[in-house]
Amino acid sequence: MKVAITSTGNSTDAVLDSRFGRCSWFIIYDTELKSTEFIPNPNIDSIEGAGIASARLIASKGAEKVISGEFGAKVKGVFDSLNIKLIVIKEENKTIKDIIKLFQK
Amino acid sequence: MIVAVASGKGGTGKTLIATNLFALLSKASYNVNLADCDAEEPNSLIFFKSTKESASEVRQMLPLFEPEACTYCGKCEEYCNYNAIFLLPEKRIFRLIEDLCHGCGACTYACKFDALKETEISLGEVGMYRVNSKSKLVEGRLRVGALTPVPVIKETIKASLDSEIVILDAPPGTSCPFIHTISKADYVLLVTEPTPFGLNDLKLSIQIVRQMEKPFSVIINRAGLGSDDVYKYLKKEKIKISMELQFDKEIAMIYSSGKLVIESRADIYQKFVKLSESIIHN
Ligand code: SF4
Ligand code: SF4
Repeated sequence: MKVAITSTGNSTDAVLDSRFGRCSWFIIYDTELKSTEFIPNPNIDSIEGAGIASARLIASKGAEKVISGEFGAKVKGVFDSLNIKLIVIKEENKTIKDIIKLFQK
Repeated sequence: MIVAVASGKGGTGKTLIATNLFALLSKASYNVNLADCDAEEPNSLIFFKSTKESASEVRQMLPLFEPEACTYCGKCEEYCNYNAIFLLPEKRIFRLIEDLCHGCGACTYACKFDALKETEISLGEVGMYRVNSKSKLVEGRLRVGALTPVPVIKETIKASLDSEIVILDAPPGTSCPFIHTISKADYVLLVTEPTPFGLNDLKLSIQIVRQMEKPFSVIINRAGLGSDDVYKYLKKEKIKISMELQFDKEIAMIYSSGKLVIESRADIYQKFVKLSESIIHN
């Protein structure tokens, strides 16, 4: 299964980015291959609809779960209808490494 | 001359100012119109005896998706500048995010397979009400559940421009509807109250009005409440206070019973005379 995580940087030492649509990086973690892919968010500067464009990017990568600090209502609607699960983590300063560990147990 | 009466948040007395100023000018037989641009909750009309002259519906194009015709080529998504189309060709998923759609028609133009048809939805109504031979009230009213008030506000302002003086009762907040209304004004009156929240919203509005390079001044409503922080701030920033209305239960009662304060309070009438002179001779 693939999991998408919003990140403030392009390494697993970076911390979670609390914004979904306008996060700095997307990290796609593959729980079977234990591989990570880093994608810079092309939608940071979108005037409108950054969340929708980011949702599209993540869905096209085949992620089944998405982890971020918050999701807007429109984005939630789209992910729900695609059956992609959303996980909200409110702890700031949680590193990507720590989040990945949650999936390795 | 177009004067916008605005405030960063609702409930500061913006409509009180706009309606009384309008009433004063129309009684002084100026050619004056009032445009109620607070389309989500227009309430200027209750203060006037008027006759409805006409109404027009504000519509917006909305693309209608025909799944049988779609080849999932992706052209529509590419043409949409507003991220309103969510397309996943691999899963044959097309979704229109109506809240983001501006009705620009780029997608229906782009689709070469007739999979996007043009339909129309109603966003609201612009009503014209005659108050006297030289003045009318134009009311923008958003349809319940409509996605954006901006097109309705645009049409409301357009319909009110056939007069020497136009007063715009601006929508509250500091987002698109507010900005659009301010952008049409020659002069802005920012209404605030001397509370910490009031000051905070006032600062935000001032920032925007300054960015838009609009001449403006501030009206302090319910003066005597809260603290004098707002006065200190305005002094420091060298911003003009064009009127002050003391906190007064009677004013609040007159207003909430749908009546004009200038009609029953000579002292307030005088204040509005001064205000109108300062704006017109600005
Ligand atoms: S342009 Fe037309 S055919 Fe192509 S994906 Fe969009 S709706 Fe479908
Ligand atoms: S009408 Fe314009 S804004 Fe709406 S979906 Fe089509 S291209 Fe996007």
